[in-house]
Amino acid sequence: MPGSVRIQHEDFDIGAEIRHFQQSRTEIGAVATFTGLVRDLNLSDKVSSMTLEHYPGMTEKSLQEILEQAIERWQLIDAMVIHRVGKLLPGDQIVFVTTASAHRGDAFSACEFIMDYLKTQAPFWKKEETASGSRWVDARETDSDAAERWK
Amino acid sequence: MIRICYFARLAEELGCREEELDSGFDTVRDLVEMLKQRGEPWQSTLSDGKLMVALNHTMGSLDSQPADGDEIAFFPPVTGG
Repeated sequence: MPGSVRIQHEDFDIGAEIRHFQQSRTEIGAVATFTGLVRDLNLSDKVSSMTLEHYPGMTEKSLQEILEQAIERWQLIDAMVIHRVGKLLPGDQIVFVTTASAHRGDAFSACEFIMDYLKTQAPFWKKEETASGSRWVDARETDSDAAERWK
Repeated sequence: MIRICYFARLAEELGCREEELDSGFDTVRDLVEMLKQRGEPWQSTLSDGKLMVALNHTMGSLDSQPADGDEIAFFPPVTGG
């Protein structure tokens, strides 16, 4: 079954990941990727670090299901998600999505779909540390709207 | 028995990450009502209309019907990515 999911504390090397992902598969004509980073500013407060909590077991299952939906809907050759958990600093990579297809349209659309669904379906929660203390990040309406448009 | 898990803001507010209870709830709604009867902070934390529910690692709702041996999780809207 194509589609792989990794949840990890460690950073990842996107160049190495892309090379490994597309290695010796000459039927692939297009690879799209998305990388999400920790910003240093949210709601006009300076963020010093962020901690990501998740629901082990459900996280992997929900991401795998999202990948399977994407693979079926866009006839992807393969897709992959890497998501980090634990403590992260501004500039750190949080999430990486890559999709492979014969032609670019499918890879682009599927990559965006996977991120939109991950944002609203995968059980991760961010807590930001700022100078005035720590706070849980609230879910955003715009993320729900982004996921809705694929229905 | 059913296992109940709480995550993120919920776990912090309730001071509880997981517990086991005797099964025998027709719906998740019944379970939530029972938990709210513990008083504060359960009453207000579990009254949040945005509360999300999962049964055995799959998204569910207050109408879902828990069975013996199930794992039921409560958490706030997700914020990954």
